[in-house]
Amino acid sequence: MLNIPLKDHFRETRLFDSRLSITAVIVLLLTLALLARLVYLQVISYRHYATLSQENRIRPWPIPPVRGRILDRNGIVLAENLPVYTLEITPEQVEDMDELLQRLGELVQLDATDIRNFKKQLRKRPRFESLVLRTRLNDQEAARIAVNRSQLHGVELQARLQRYYPLGGLAVHAIGYVGRIDEQESSGIDRSAYRGTQHIGKLGVEGRYEGLLLGQVGVEKVETNALGRTLRAVERIAPKAGQNLYLSLDAKLQATAEAALEGRRGAVVALDPKTGGVLVFASTPVYDPNPFVNGIDSESYRILLEDPDKPLINRVINGQYAPGSAIKPFLALGALESPGFDPAETIICRGAFKLPRSRRRFRDWKKYGHGEVDLQSAVEQSCDVYFYTLAVRLGIDYMHEFLTGLGFGARTGIDLIGESPGLVPSRQWKRARGEAWYPGETVVTGIGQGPLLVTPLQLASAVSALANRGRWFTPRMLRAIEDPKTKARREVVPELAGNIVVAEQGHWETLVASMIDVVHGEKGTARRIGWNAPYTIAGKTGTTQVKGVGQNEVYDAEQTPERLRDHALFIAFAPAEDPRIAIAVIVENGGHGSSAAAPIARKVMDQYLLSGDPDKSRTVSKPDHRSPSG
Amino acid sequence: MNFLERVHLDKPFFYGLLALALLSVVILYSASAGEVTLVLAQALRLVIGFAIMLMVAQISPESLARWSPHIYVAGLVLLLVVLVMGATGKGAQRWLNLGVLNFQPSEIMKIGLPMVLAYYFSRRPLPPRLSGIAVAAVLVLIPTLLIARQPDLGTALLVMTSGLVVLFLAGMAWHSIALLLGLLAASIPLVWVYLHDYQKQRILTLFSPESDPLGSGYHIIQSMIAVGSGGLYGKGWFNSTQTQLQYLPESSTDFVFAVFAEEFGLIGIFIIFAAYLFVVLRGLAIAFYAQDSYARLLAGSLTLTFFVYFFVNIGMVTGILPVVGVPLPIISYGGSSLVTLMAAFGILMSIQTHRKIIHA
Repeated sequence: MLNIPLKDHFRETRLFDSRLSITAVIVLLLTLALLARLVYLQVISYRHYATLSQENRIRPWPIPPVRGRILDRNGIVLAENLPVYTLEITPEQVEDMDELLQRLGELVQLDATDIRNFKKQLRKRPRFESLVLRTRLNDQEAARIAVNRSQLHGVELQARLQRYYPLGGLAVHAIGYVGRIDEQESSGIDRSAYRGTQHIGKLGVEGRYEGLLLGQVGVEKVETNALGRTLRAVERIAPKAGQNLYLSLDAKLQATAEAALEGRRGAVVALDPKTGGVLVFASTPVYDPNPFVNGIDSESYRILLEDPDKPLINRVINGQYAPGSAIKPFLALGALESPGFDPAETIICRGAFKLPRSRRRFRDWKKYGHGEVDLQSAVEQSCDVYFYTLAVRLGIDYMHEFLTGLGFGARTGIDLIGESPGLVPSRQWKRARGEAWYPGETVVTGIGQGPLLVTPLQLASAVSALANRGRWFTPRMLRAIEDPKTKARREVVPELAGNIVVAEQGHWETLVASMIDVVHGEKGTARRIGWNAPYTIAGKTGTTQVKGVGQNEVYDAEQTPERLRDHALFIAFAPAEDPRIAIAVIVENGGHGSSAAAPIARKVMDQYLLSGDPDKSRTVSKPDHRSPSG
Repeated sequence: MNFLERVHLDKPFFYGLLALALLSVVILYSASAGEVTLVLAQALRLVIGFAIMLMVAQISPESLARWSPHIYVAGLVLLLVVLVMGATGKGAQRWLNLGVLNFQPSEIMKIGLPMVLAYYFSRRPLPPRLSGIAVAAVLVLIPTLLIARQPDLGTALLVMTSGLVVLFLAGMAWHSIALLLGLLAASIPLVWVYLHDYQKQRILTLFSPESDPLGSGYHIIQSMIAVGSGGLYGKGWFNSTQTQLQYLPESSTDFVFAVFAEEFGLIGIFIIFAAYLFVVLRGLAIAFYAQDSYARLLAGSLTLTFFVYFFVNIGMVTGILPVVGVPLPIISYGGSSLVTLMAAFGILMSIQTHRKIIHA
């Protein structure tokens, strides 16, 4: 039998028709599903997608604001913005990036750092935003790019404003600099405020007043296509330039101070005692901030970092030194204020001091002593034995309290970031370190040695308290804020930092008289700068040991390596009757305060007090080797 | 006999397709941002497509049935050739360079597979037995796997679907269907392993396009923005910002529906859906009235495959199906698939117009 099954046509047709009806139902259901989806997208979610569509079309482009300028008190420009050519690439428009980079390398100088930085940016960035490949193209390079532009797809030559410090390293520690926003900063700032800006103030005034200097980013709303090409501008909100900052700093005075310190490590701080305004903020050696603006190359940075003179350290606010004898006027004031103290009472100085029941001798700087001294002559001659005696009498608790009241051991609150607090030791401080306070430590505190540490700024600030007979103001870099558009100036109001109210007004005159004697007295330690001064200076020298001198050793400057020589200090205010300047000078390993530090203070004071018209004094010029590269 | 009966033209079908062709020209003019050459090229293709449709319509279903195995085998051979020496286009080997025109053998299979299956089942009693289903499964799997190897997953799945539709219409038992679906579901993890990374990415993107808005999610996000922002009434012809500002990629080809939805809104979509539904229902009617099982199975399969193209494309554009690269039939700009499509419609017309009129 043939095994050909018979076809049942009727049954097959019925089966097919039922299957066809099922598919027809499925077709209708699926079509309804699509329609439901479309209703969801086009009706229910319409607003959402309409907004997205609008955002797609209108793209806001940031217009970076012009950063505020920084000027000195006389309007000398310390930080400004210069137009520079930058080479930028929009990666979306580039077909073969490696080939393009190679081509560009033939036209302009591209080193490995440029390419590395560029590729780093390439990995995370907003779509269609141009990236900087190189900055500060010179004219020839810019011209070469411009000529070949038609063959360089996605490459743009942009004229951008770049921060420039025309005086190079002058007052670099005060002004600071801007640099590229690093990752850590990027997470701490409002990114939208920095759209279109790649720089941020890092240190000094640039860092502290970032908020004022930055300005407000503008927006240009442009219609673009998906390729990022601008079709037309729809709306424009102009950027607001940052505020111009006038500092209290006197650039010419600063230049004088830096020149006087030239070749040495040290610091000069001068304050206007009536306002707290910082006139001079010198820390040497200085360095040129300009290479930092676009990222200093690692080799140059390494050189700065490893320089034994440590130029990157801000000695004014971060240098912590033993004040040495420069602390004596403050202790003298403390003594005058202590109950039952008689400044006329004398002691006999025989060149050494001993605590009762102790064999340790605390030596005076003058081997055979100063003879009979009272408070005034002790300050004038810087008699150590007198102050050893005084310190023991006052006690560490009282000295700690009094010095702290003058602002030592705490940040002055200057408008700069990262100030060091210094240290005024106390029993409590030693106890916290698990040690007991020794009576010998009280003795050496009397001459500003031991654990006591001050910054040059703290010294200057405390000096201005003496100059003002009690009242002093928080040190301020910023003097006035100027609106770049309206030129309206807002002066910064001085902020009272403290007020020492003395029991008797005569105490001030006793103290000031003793400090005048330091400079103008017959036996004054700084008489060398005083004999021809046309105004009265009240000052105090200080010489602090870097190397401990043993009980029976003799310190010999000639025999001591430079780095271990004494630090030279000098503090002063002038004119003594109506002080206009308070100053603190420290010269590291400079030797004697009287010979190394005092003359520097005199130079600065002369220039400030004697030149009626500040513009007639010496012009500010920066050393040639500090000129910016590029 | 009048002229229309002599040229074997099905009028409802013809007008439905003509409407879609006109919509194609209108929307492509805008989607290509007024590029006349592109529109003319599409118009020319449509004319050629209609000509092919009419030519195929003249061939009797009996001749088509006779040729079915040959067309299938020829298609397989070409698929093998393309795998061995095919020119590489867009990273996949799909094209045969015939000197003048590039030719995609997988297109032949879109028609060849339903034809051979209809042929096979028409010679056996229905519903098919298990042995028949097994043979059919082999016939389906060979071209599916060959196309998947190119790799062209979208077309492979569509070809497979056209074959499975024949099996379903042939009356495959429900328990067998359940078994088949179970097998397919079980093979998903297996297939997943063999998928290319970009294919996996496309499927994953469907579930969270926002995870990579500028990468793999870009297509689908921009497409959904285009569709959604069209709203009820649309932005008007040539006012599609997504397209005119070049946010929407492939706006003339796979994503042309998004342009349409953006410019004409839900109202316009009703029109386009009506046209498609009309063509599909007409195709199903042709299958219903067809007189033998070969014609019925073939007509049903071709019609439903057409609907699947439509469904998958719009599902993809509206973000409910992965981006598989299926064009919107007839309306999308493109050559190879349009020719296949029109040939399929020619077959449907042939089936409808070659019926032997049985007078009562």
